[in-house]
Amino acid sequence: MTTTHPFEAEAERNGELNAVGTSAVRIDGIDKISGAAQFVDDLDFGPGLLHGAVVESPHAYARIVSIDTSKAEDAPGVVKVVTGQDFPYNFGMYMGDRYIFAQGHVRFVGEQVAGVIARTHRQAVQAAKLVEVEYEVLEALLDPKEAVADGAPLIHPDLGEYSHVPWFFPKAGTNIAHWRKIRKGDTERAFAEADYVLADTYRVPRYAHCAIEPHVTVGKLDHAGRLTVWTASQSPHTQRHLFAEALAPLGFSHKDVRVITPYVGGGFGGKAGVTMEVIGAAMATAVKGHPVKLRFTREQEFYNTYQRQGVVAELKVGVMNDGTITAVEHTLYWDAGAYVEYGANVVNAAGLSATGPYRVPNIRNDSLCVYTNLPPGGPYRGFGYSEFHFGLESHLDRVAAAIGMDPVDFRRKNAIVEGDELSYGAHMNPSGLLPAIDETASAIDWGVEEQSDDPNTVIGKGIALFWKAPAMPPNASSASFLKFNEDGSVNVSVSGMELGQGYLTVMAQIAAEVLGLPVEKVRVETPDTDRNPYEWQTVASHVTWSSGLAVERAAVEAREKIFDVIHQVYGYEDDTLYLADEQVKCTTDPDFAKPLRDFVIDGIQTEDGTWRGGPIVASGKFMPEFTNANSDPETGQGGHPNVHYTVGACGMVIEIDTHTGRIFVRKAALAVDAGKAINPDLVRGQITGGLVQGLATVLYEDMRFDEDGRLLNPNFTDYKIPTAFDIPDEMIPIIIEVPQPDGPFGARGVGEHTMIGAAPAIANAVFDALGVRITSMPITQEKVAQAVSASPT
Amino acid sequence: MQVTITVNGESWDLDVAPADVLLDVLREQIGVKSPKIGCERGDCGSCTVLLDRRTVRSCLVLAVEVEGHEVTTVEGIGADRLSDLQELFITLNSFQCGFCAPGIVLSATELLDENPNPDRHDVQEALSGNLCRCTGYEPIIDAVLAVGQRSGEVTP
Ligand code: FES
Ligand code: FES
Repeated sequence: MTTTHPFEAEAERNGELNAVGTSAVRIDGIDKISGAAQFVDDLDFGPGLLHGAVVESPHAYARIVSIDTSKAEDAPGVVKVVTGQDFPYNFGMYMGDRYIFAQGHVRFVGEQVAGVIARTHRQAVQAAKLVEVEYEVLEALLDPKEAVADGAPLIHPDLGEYSHVPWFFPKAGTNIAHWRKIRKGDTERAFAEADYVLADTYRVPRYAHCAIEPHVTVGKLDHAGRLTVWTASQSPHTQRHLFAEALAPLGFSHKDVRVITPYVGGGFGGKAGVTMEVIGAAMATAVKGHPVKLRFTREQEFYNTYQRQGVVAELKVGVMNDGTITAVEHTLYWDAGAYVEYGANVVNAAGLSATGPYRVPNIRNDSLCVYTNLPPGGPYRGFGYSEFHFGLESHLDRVAAAIGMDPVDFRRKNAIVEGDELSYGAHMNPSGLLPAIDETASAIDWGVEEQSDDPNTVIGKGIALFWKAPAMPPNASSASFLKFNEDGSVNVSVSGMELGQGYLTVMAQIAAEVLGLPVEKVRVETPDTDRNPYEWQTVASHVTWSSGLAVERAAVEAREKIFDVIHQVYGYEDDTLYLADEQVKCTTDPDFAKPLRDFVIDGIQTEDGTWRGGPIVASGKFMPEFTNANSDPETGQGGHPNVHYTVGACGMVIEIDTHTGRIFVRKAALAVDAGKAINPDLVRGQITGGLVQGLATVLYEDMRFDEDGRLLNPNFTDYKIPTAFDIPDEMIPIIIEVPQPDGPFGARGVGEHTMIGAAPAIANAVFDALGVRITSMPITQEKVAQAVSASPT
Repeated sequence: MQVTITVNGESWDLDVAPADVLLDVLREQIGVKSPKIGCERGDCGSCTVLLDRRTVRSCLVLAVEVEGHEVTTVEGIGADRLSDLQELFITLNSFQCGFCAPGIVLSATELLDENPNPDRHDVQEALSGNLCRCTGYEPIIDAVLAVGQRSGEVTP
């Protein structure tokens, strides 16, 4: 599809863009550096504030025999104790398999069984220990391959009853909550005819997001019956919707539920959808008139919010001797955890795209969402793509080596380009994958062998490509309001979240560009669902694109209204008018310049003394109208589930100390096709941040559980995340710009993509250095040391 | 227990419990919210404040221990005018979500007080107790080094 964009005309007239494409200073900068920025936990709620604590399951799978809350109710300061009996409702983002508090069964260690509300935090925590729960322990399933085996106990016997989106295919009577299949061409025949076929299995464990701000929520049901919930969230409107739906039996309608989301201290997917917030919202309904705060500890943050799912990936690739990939078979067994209301869509997204950014004629993908008795899996930066690219990009390096082809040449030969057919039959969008490969390869001096002076150090280089599409409902939408102020400044209201990526700044730049304003004259704030228009969620790397289009459209509407007033009063035709330097100007009358501040509120007085115009207000919305998630369940063919893909390449130069197995990253380069970088500095920020987060997953992070399903490392001492020491010596961010035809100024999202390539690029660099292939993440010092001692040289 | 603490130049007489930590007292009793709660066990550094110009993790310091001492937070550092470091943090995009920023600014301020022209390794060391999940640290290190270079330039 093609759309004509107003910016093109504007840019042509002005010869250049003034706000878009500049590294405008982030508009939340002063708030955040001065201490003024307020996060949820920083808000004051007065002396009526109560505190919540959660009673948690010690078992991975058990039946709740009884709950006795009497001792807790009598404890000092306790106002109320609630259990699943108070809220016998299920809900979920894409599938209704989740509960506010456990209903009859617990399915992972840490699951919320009851909630205590007390005057102080300490009192709530103390009283929670007094709730007595009797359990009948059941056999727990911790491994997805065991959970899909015949005769495995069922984690959700009611799977067949759950509501779900039409693009999920649950298998009732099994632990398979969703099975995404792709069948294209004839893989069997292609493998038979291929010159070379390689099959192997790759393993990726679970990971934690580790936003530095823990989840926190404050709920208040006021005496008028309105429920307001302040949350540290990526998804104010989706939360409002889920609170309203989950609590609908209590008589709430959407208009009675309000979600306010101030600044959020990092999300990475962990604060998307709804996790603990619904507990806080529900608790608040039990103590009318009192705000209730529920703040998760760092430990709870690890075990009772979303985790990145683990995956066992069985991969088979066939190629011809000239390097052409002819067939891919990718079977992904996802350890999706106890509830998959969000995580099943991660599985779906991966299944649709598990060939990676390559042209593949014959495909058989099976992506299985498997219930296990581990904490609920969910979205994490990369949304399934980070997970499967490790195996895929490792595997392709091996295939290239086996047929004697350079891994970069091999990738270049098979790289998907505009118009190529995707696994589900739709076609690839314009993409800068080839320049991304070339620029990355040259940034790490690909092909130039490097040797260390130190005999105990070996050097390796690795490269990996990546792609990712926003994973969302086909009609996920964004909206914006825009209003002018007396001095010609503008307020833009949107409901995307400033997670740190610079969203508010980018929206301001887009509005400023269309309206001929300096970026400083545009104010964009964090949302309040009572006042700000709809946004689905700030996930999927889609807000620059989708919310950006909504803002662009609002600004265009405002501009039209401005031109209309000028036309009414001065008679200039609209198509001769333009906005620049905070003024309306005219191409046919160089002397005409009407400052916006003169009329955007008060209007313009005409010769007879009457006025025209009035406050300039506008709105814009965007919903993709070319997508559809309907497809054949057995083949995945027929739909157009993804709006577009963002692509790129990642290259690593590493040194390995052969005595210790320690890996040092000397250089990390990453090229991503932003379409148009609305703010290049912010794009570079995503690249450095994503690279380091991705490197941590491959080098040391890893959630470890004991045989009873208990997380062994729920803190930063035992689950190490990178410090200032743990970064590459050099990071090289590369921005590619092949415009997205339907994007705002040609932009598409890049936020998640920057994390995907690091893991396989390291695996490939380790192979390059040592000749040893490590097929499971993380590639720890111990694994490398073992590999070194086992290797022939 | 009664304690007197100076916070950002203002003296406070406070009633605290023996187990109260400085972080909670700052946030709940004084209303100074820039020190953040990230882990409550000394791992993340988001609660960092200056105690008599030296950084401490306020989640590990008992409020009673601070009797008679002076606490500085980021609200106190940039009260009249942002420091050079704060300015550079903004222009070099040295934070994203900003949750870590108050603590990191204080750790970097302490470093620059002691060593006005640090090298990359010094900066990494000074910041190694402050976790940032967003930036990949590179732009933070750049900002601290840039302040150092500036101070080098104005030195007569
Ligand atoms: S909250 Fe004090 S170090 Fe994390
Ligand atoms: S900017 Fe988000 S944790 Fe540092």
